[in-house]
Amino acid sequence: MGTVTSVPGRPIHLLDFAHWSTPQLEELLETSQRMAEVLQRPVKKVPALTGFTVATVFFENSTRTRLSFELAARRMSADVLSFSGATSSLAKGESYRDTLLTLDAMGIDAYVIRADAAGVGHQAATWLGKPIINAGDGWRAHPTQALLDAYTLREVLGSLEGRKIAIVGDIVHSRVARSNAELLPRLGADVWLAGPATLLPPTLPGARLTTRLEEALQDADAVMVLRLQKERMDRGLLPSMSEYMATYQINEERMRLAQPNAWVLHPGPMNRDLEIAGSLADGPRSLIERQVAHGQAVRMAVLYHLLVGPRGGLHAS
Amino acid sequence: MPADLLIRNLRLVDGRGEYGKADLLIEDGCIASLEGGEAQEVWDAQGLMATPGLCDPHAHLRDPGQEAKEDLASGLRAAVQGGYTDLVSMPNTSPPIDTPAAVEYLLRKSASLNLARLHPSAALTQGQAGQLLTEAHALARAGAILLTDDGQTNEDAGLLALGLRYAAAQNLVVAVHAEDASLRRNGVMNEGPLSVQLGLPGNPAAAEAARVARDLEVLRQAMEWSPHHLPRLHVQHLSTARALELITLAHQQGLPVTTEVCPHHLTLTDQALSSLDPVFKVAPPLRTAQDVQALTQGLLDGRIDCIATDHAPHTRAEKDLDMLRAPSGIASLEVAFALLYTRLYLEQSFPLVTLIERFTDGPRRILGLPPIRLAVGQEASLMLFDPATPRPVNSAEFATKARFGPWEGWPLRGWPRATLVRGRTVFQNAIPGAADRG
Repeated sequence: MGTVTSVPGRPIHLLDFAHWSTPQLEELLETSQRMAEVLQRPVKKVPALTGFTVATVFFENSTRTRLSFELAARRMSADVLSFSGATSSLAKGESYRDTLLTLDAMGIDAYVIRADAAGVGHQAATWLGKPIINAGDGWRAHPTQALLDAYTLREVLGSLEGRKIAIVGDIVHSRVARSNAELLPRLGADVWLAGPATLLPPTLPGARLTTRLEEALQDADAVMVLRLQKERMDRGLLPSMSEYMATYQINEERMRLAQPNAWVLHPGPMNRDLEIAGSLADGPRSLIERQVAHGQAVRMAVLYHLLVGPRGGLHAS
Repeated sequence: MPADLLIRNLRLVDGRGEYGKADLLIEDGCIASLEGGEAQEVWDAQGLMATPGLCDPHAHLRDPGQEAKEDLASGLRAAVQGGYTDLVSMPNTSPPIDTPAAVEYLLRKSASLNLARLHPSAALTQGQAGQLLTEAHALARAGAILLTDDGQTNEDAGLLALGLRYAAAQNLVVAVHAEDASLRRNGVMNEGPLSVQLGLPGNPAAAEAARVARDLEVLRQAMEWSPHHLPRLHVQHLSTARALELITLAHQQGLPVTTEVCPHHLTLTDQALSSLDPVFKVAPPLRTAQDVQALTQGLLDGRIDCIATDHAPHTRAEKDLDMLRAPSGIASLEVAFALLYTRLYLEQSFPLVTLIERFTDGPRRILGLPPIRLAVGQEASLMLFDPATPRPVNSAEFATKARFGPWEGWPLRGWPRATLVRGRTVFQNAIPGAADRG
């Protein structure tokens, strides 16, 4: 298996941000802006991807991300083929490779792939000669989530240059934390990762790590709260829910350490009143609904860049 | 009456030294002369070198029960194409090799194939389940050469102590896959900054080191309880500098422990996992450059006794699963010698004689097999290799069923050209004068 390669100057996949230059990422965020404008129109549809077929292949279940991608593709007039086999194809003895090659025989132009193992997108890229968009691979990366977070943060903060962003929770198992730690510093942000000692890796490139929540929250411009998987308790990584809530739950009181009116984000789905106080999630500082809305625009932009190219014409119908 | 075979213009090297040019005359399976003579078949081996046949103390041939991965015919064919005349099969088959009948099956079937000589190992515990010892006496009589639960990790230290003592009375070595399961958990690559970055569960060096430390203490205790027979522990596929330090200390204290190292742990690091390609997934995992350096030094100075392939074939479909689900293992019988000849001897000036020793006498000593010398009167079990001609690794040509691997395309020298077992040609590739036996 070879490594993923790209045409000079133009990435062919979005597996993570390794093959994307900062100007290309800026361009993607600018296109997202134009897509967001499309979504404000009464008729939320453009013909940009007419004739293209996008397959969403979810080997790991996720309703929200899949719906967001599928709506994004349809808003651009692409046909959508949806495969959510979860582990069923594996259980039947069919490998991911065979599943993907079967779909490829049907004439797919781009793949949106989610799996519970890191690297499935990389593997798919060696099997298929088509653009692959990583919709989450295990603990490793979830690049469209980081892009929508960056887009949402820039909308409220302007530039991210010099901004302090705290990401709190189960860092070690989080693809959202990894992708944001990869993307946000490239846009100028100062990223802090905070969580309990058993859920915090020793290092992660691009970010500062701490078990001391106060250190991460101090003067932060925004706080991103991660979902806490309840199975972490079963594996002995945390002593109890109540201890986690007592030490790491993000609530109004803890937010006082951050900048006045600092923003709150959550990639969803939330465990309300576990990792985040419900009142905070519903309050005026919350960007959670905006994140969901912008997810669609960002995914439209990604599909557009990979299938048509950043310089293609984009006209309203 | 002419002898069977004359191999002219060979340069000889074994685990003791290099001996310059010879014309090797082979008769009745033995070396009859180093100075030529009349023979029915005459090979011109100009430019080739000969060593004693290689010996692999650790290979998975998957037979019986997992023949989609490998069987005795494909595995032993791969062995001779890699220059091996002797090979120890691992017992983690389906069912595991834990009865005399299973050992006899392997010996009977392998003998009929006329390829490399198979020396079956057998399970230390029944079904490799870690509960009850196998019948070591009966297994030894049937032909088992060592006992191991390789593939499993012997979590019960008390049972290992008993197994070491019981095996010692049968003059059998006990080989261990030294990884602490509770530290390894579901780790699929070396734990370190890269595993964190890649979001893959890590298998820490501590899993190996902690288990080696425990097993050395178990060995010490077994020795105290076994004054008449020396228990012997063999640590398989050493992968970390830390575990090597513990082995070194044990040697200084006179503990009867031996070790092996695998080609992949000497030539690849965890950085290879950046590709997220399960072809690099192996247990114990590929470690750091510092570990590779320490292992190379240990192999050089003899703290590591020998090279073992841990040849572990899987089907292409299994390796096409993802990083979490794909099975661990690398198939290396056919590439091991050329790989280490190139990487260690040619590129790092590792002494050739020492390298040959670690491929031949080293493993044979652990297994209780006599050394093979390239001398008159010795058995003619040898490998011919081409020290000069570079050729990229092309797994498609391999005899193993696992025709893929982590070294694909690497330009290597030192490819085996012929393998003889007791004078019988079991493999040869385009040597002038050699009869084509297909």
